[in-house]
Amino acid sequence: MARHVIAAVDELPPGTRKFLEIDGRPIAVFNIKGEYFGLMNRCPHQGAALCEGPLIGLAQSSNPGEIEYTKLGEIIRCPWHGWEFDIRTGQSYCDPRRFRVKAYSAHVEPGASVVKGPYVAETIPVKVESDYVVVEL
Amino acid sequence: MNIQFRENQEAASPLTTKSAIADCDIHPARATRTELYPYLAKRWQHHLEIYGVHAYQGMMEGPPYPKAQPNASRRDAYPPEGGPQGSSLSFMQEQLLDPNNVQLGVLNPLNTGQGIRNHELSAALCSAINDWQIDKWTSKDKRLKASIVVGNEDGLSAAAEIRERAGDKNFVQVLLLSRNVEPLGQRRYWPIYQAAEEAGLPVGVHAFGFGGNPITPSGWPSYYIEEMVGHSQCQQSALASLVLEGVFERFPKLKMVMIEAGFGWAPSLAWRLDKAWQRLRSEVPHVKRPPSEYIREQVWWTTQPMEDPERREDLFDVIKWIGWDRLLFATDYPHWDYDEPSRVLPAGVSEANREAFYLGNAKKLYGIN
Ligand code: FES
Repeated sequence: MARHVIAAVDELPPGTRKFLEIDGRPIAVFNIKGEYFGLMNRCPHQGAALCEGPLIGLAQSSNPGEIEYTKLGEIIRCPWHGWEFDIRTGQSYCDPRRFRVKAYSAHVEPGASVVKGPYVAETIPVKVESDYVVVEL
Repeated sequence: MNIQFRENQEAASPLTTKSAIADCDIHPARATRTELYPYLAKRWQHHLEIYGVHAYQGMMEGPPYPKAQPNASRRDAYPPEGGPQGSSLSFMQEQLLDPNNVQLGVLNPLNTGQGIRNHELSAALCSAINDWQIDKWTSKDKRLKASIVVGNEDGLSAAAEIRERAGDKNFVQVLLLSRNVEPLGQRRYWPIYQAAEEAGLPVGVHAFGFGGNPITPSGWPSYYIEEMVGHSQCQQSALASLVLEGVFERFPKLKMVMIEAGFGWAPSLAWRLDKAWQRLRSEVPHVKRPPSEYIREQVWWTTQPMEDPERREDLFDVIKWIGWDRLLFATDYPHWDYDEPSRVLPAGVSEANREAFYLGNAKKLYGIN
């Protein structure tokens, strides 16, 4: 599994996302309150650039009239037909058995380890003193 | 809003890799509120500034329901130069026409001058929209063809607009909406059908409209999803009215296109009509043949929103009844329920049917070579 350095941590502050292409695959990486998530930027339904949609929460109901709204900012809603996916797992909420968008693990590594380790640096000039967001695929 | 767009848009696929298609439901939008003013007499510009627009529908601001996305549109369809989705020709070319190799795109402007209580204003706005379609769209891109928008509630002025545009190659159909003040077969709308038949233009009936009636037959619903499925109920009553009032009998060369309300319901509606007609024929003696015959001879259907049953055989059964020669592919661009051309038709369709579905039927119906 190759690891790709995709941004310095301060280039991807909380609430932002970055779109890039790795090995020909369109990927988006999100920073949600300091946690990083990577998703394939192609909707399994009809192929929209999924990650251009808004981040919303998950509305669920145990009974008509009772609504819980959870996972705030963790659900991506497709810009075309509005299918909802959990950005932590890529699971869809309309048909979780059949539809999933490929999720990639994204995390932060210190510059020293990035310089030494088996990383593929994607046009990011790596400095030892900074931290970097790394995607595995 | 926390949307950021990709830095590097994927390069559009080269045209030659995709076969040409027709897109029979594209919605062009106005970039600004006053974009139509150059086509409107001063009298109507001032009228709009002073009195605004008075629709039949009670809720004056916006449509009956907030839509599922801003402007009911794809979130990736905002033109780079600003303005609402669908308002930029160059972006439409880049996002829809070029990458999908669209050879014929039929424009259906919505929120125009239809369903307005002041019929003179309605006629003026519709005429302005038609001029605007030529100026801004069809004269600038020969793939695009316009629908003649008419002041639908006043059959006479609508017929006059059709006659004025007849023979103009920028236009390929007359556009009505499905929610009107009365069901579409009623006499007040007959001058429209007469003029369309004379001009050899099909009449498209697009879902939506502002007739002032509840948007489902059982009253105002709670949810937008009920409005979405209500479109097919509305088209069913419109089609029943067209058959039973005798429109197809009186105008045998008239062609109708049912736009954006599905087609899976067509066989069952026709079966129900036929059965009832056998028993109640004497009530409507002007309906001389079984209703299904008129429907199969004089009605076409656009595909979006394409029915998507679990078993593709079910879809093929429905299409077999309707006829592979009756479906017109449509994306509904830039709206949020857009159908992606490469993803709507399941495997197992013959090359000839596929060609008819994506292009041939539309070229034939709209008279495009
Ligand atoms: S393409 Fe994403 S929901 Fe249809």
